[in-house]
Amino acid sequence: MKTDELIKILGADAKTTTLPQGRMWLMAVMLAVIAAAAVFFMTIGMRPDFMQAAQTIRFLFKFVFTATLAITAFMVLRMLAMPGAPAGRYGRWLLAAPLLMAVAIVLELIVMPSSDWGRRLIGNNMMVCLAFIPSVGLVPLVALLVALKHAAPTRPALSGAVAGLLAGGLAATFYAAHCTDDSPLFVATWYGLAIAALGGIGALAGRFFLRW
Amino acid sequence: MAGMNEAELARLMRAATAGDEKAYAEFLRGTAAIVRGFARRKIVQGGVDPEDVVQETLLAIHLKRHTWRQDAPILPWIYAIARFKLIDAFRRRGRRIEVAVDDFAETLAEPEQETVSERDIGRALDGLPPGQRSVVSSISVDGNSIGETARKLGMNETAVRVALHRGLAAIAKRFGRG
Repeated sequence: MKTDELIKILGADAKTTTLPQGRMWLMAVMLAVIAAAAVFFMTIGMRPDFMQAAQTIRFLFKFVFTATLAITAFMVLRMLAMPGAPAGRYGRWLLAAPLLMAVAIVLELIVMPSSDWGRRLIGNNMMVCLAFIPSVGLVPLVALLVALKHAAPTRPALSGAVAGLLAGGLAATFYAAHCTDDSPLFVATWYGLAIAALGGIGALAGRFFLRW
Repeated sequence: MAGMNEAELARLMRAATAGDEKAYAEFLRGTAAIVRGFARRKIVQGGVDPEDVVQETLLAIHLKRHTWRQDAPILPWIYAIARFKLIDAFRRRGRRIEVAVDDFAETLAEPEQETVSERDIGRALDGLPPGQRSVVSSISVDGNSIGETARKLGMNETAVRVALHRGLAAIAKRFGRG
């Protein structure tokens, strides 16, 4: 077929009926939040002393960390989904959550005696954390990958990985309301591992599922 | 046609999104010229036909045109898609032809002719279900409009549009798998 013929065919199909990208992403994120909330409240739910905990800085910082991760990942994801958008320039925002965490860890190490560090790092809920964050994040990750499939990510594996970070940040935000381990040492290690696992799954899925 | 600029392409695409088929065809012709130049510059060795890259890029642009934001520059968007499709073509070639390209250098360097490419979109047409194929070939080979095709095949226009769109998506998918 000659290129002119192809143009003739494409030209006849000018009218587009596809959902605008902004609305599609809004729907995907809403779906992801609802799915994560549903799994969270139907399974483990909030910790009993939530109201008291909400007055401690360590507990609140968990949400600052996970929400920062989710929001920055979303902004980068939007850029990755659009060919030619300056994703690299936005990519630096992904450093915000780890940097906040680094500051919190330094403060924790200064404030707490070194004999306490090990106990705070291991915590009580390590296994629940490692199992729960990935399983709560899985459905949101699928929703985000489907949205990416409708968009046009020119770097599929990277886009999938960032979708995984977003799903992980979202799942961890819910999980943080259940978890009684509030030390930044615990959060950085176990939340970090669980979120990274979702990032890895996302990258792999992106590589195979997001080609276009 | 060659050297259509940013503002012109963006204007045509905006008109196309609003349903202006003439503007859309003009946009595609301008884009084809830009992508052709890009592909010819980048393909220094044989094994990948620049015109294949042009066609695959046009198809991808068509199917992903909703990802261009009307207030964003359009040339970076076009080039990003062209680069994506070019890399895809190189990757496929790497998988298919492991023999040294030098062996074919003379054949490949022959004066430019209108060659029938192996990965021709026309061939992908053959793999479509009969309904989609008759719609696509009515428009491409016979040069009918949507309305004429609908009358000829006894379908309504919406059904023709849907079949056309699905056919194009199927062709693009076939390319990606190649």
